[in-house]
Amino acid sequence: MSLSRCRSLLVAAGLALSLGLALPAAAVQPDEMLADPVLENRARDISKQLRCVVCQNENIDESNAELARDMRLLVRDRLVQGDSDGAILDYMVDRYGDYVLLEPPFKASTYALWFGPVIFVLLAALAGWAFYRNRAAAGPVAAAAGPAAGAGKPAELTAEERQRLEALLRDADRG
Amino acid sequence: MSETSTETTPPAAPSQGMTWGRRLIFIAPTLVFLVLIGFFLKQLGENPAELPSVLIDRPVPEFALDPLPGRGMPLRSDDLKGEVSLVNIFGSWCVACQVEHPYLMKLQASGYVPIHGIDWREKDPMDGLRWLQRYGDPYTRVGLDPDSRIAIAFGVTGAPETFVVDKQGVIRYKHIGPLTPEVFEKTLKPLIEELRK
Repeated sequence: MSLSRCRSLLVAAGLALSLGLALPAAAVQPDEMLADPVLENRARDISKQLRCVVCQNENIDESNAELARDMRLLVRDRLVQGDSDGAILDYMVDRYGDYVLLEPPFKASTYALWFGPVIFVLLAALAGWAFYRNRAAAGPVAAAAGPAAGAGKPAELTAEERQRLEALLRDADRG
Repeated sequence: MSETSTETTPPAAPSQGMTWGRRLIFIAPTLVFLVLIGFFLKQLGENPAELPSVLIDRPVPEFALDPLPGRGMPLRSDDLKGEVSLVNIFGSWCVACQVEHPYLMKLQASGYVPIHGIDWREKDPMDGLRWLQRYGDPYTRVGLDPDSRIAIAFGVTGAPETFVVDKQGVIRYKHIGPLTPEVFEKTLKPLIEELRK
């Protein structure tokens, strides 16, 4: 095997390995972690529910932003002081609004968010059902000819139309 | 010819036989689409990073921050009571803070409104002091917030941010990003005048 081929194989293997290992990594540093595993687990759980307000689409458990780190430390401090999970989340919501929660809370102002998709699916199903029922009722031929033609067979060609059709067909044959 | 195109040619196919329910099928999506377009157009001009502060019209959080080394004049929540003031979040590491800094200096020189500073996330407390010595110090009081505790309590997402605090120590406005003469003249100044009454 040539040297260059060997190298490209190695590169491919390296790429495959790095892609396989590319799981969402926690940004929590060892010096941040709490000694008590129960509290640390709760801290991780809370952190996963809180949005990193600097990066927007990451939770603070995964974010490497400095503010996210400070928020993680704040969460841990409050846990050590004996705050409940809910109290810590409330503290953050109190300061940053619902936006800080990755999962929007279920309340009157977010009903549209929660029910919206279900309502849209129902509406689409209803529209689809009405559409196909109407078409079936009108019959396949009428549907193709349009409502003006009425139900039944397509209209007969007039003598004039027949002549034009034949002329067109002749032209097509010649050209 | 497809079903939908026959519906949109009124002379050939008058609405005869077409019930209101059927018409609605075609009108409703258009309406929904228009409403969505409206929402998106509104969002287009907005920066998603500019979160509306939930702290507006609420008292400033309780805090007592240490002063910059040797500077004195630390910042505590009680210092924000008595007169309308600005609270500016800054840091020596913050590039955008340098952008607004000359204007803060001008504002301080005019004596129009006291500006207090929260020096956020300095790795070394001397960094903030050196920064102020180099670019000028527009602040009345400055408190150090090395671990973001008070920045988080203020719902800060980045620096610089400027809060308008009224005589009772209640947050009235939050400006995100560098303070410019336009923002001050158009928004902050009228608000400060109003709050002074």
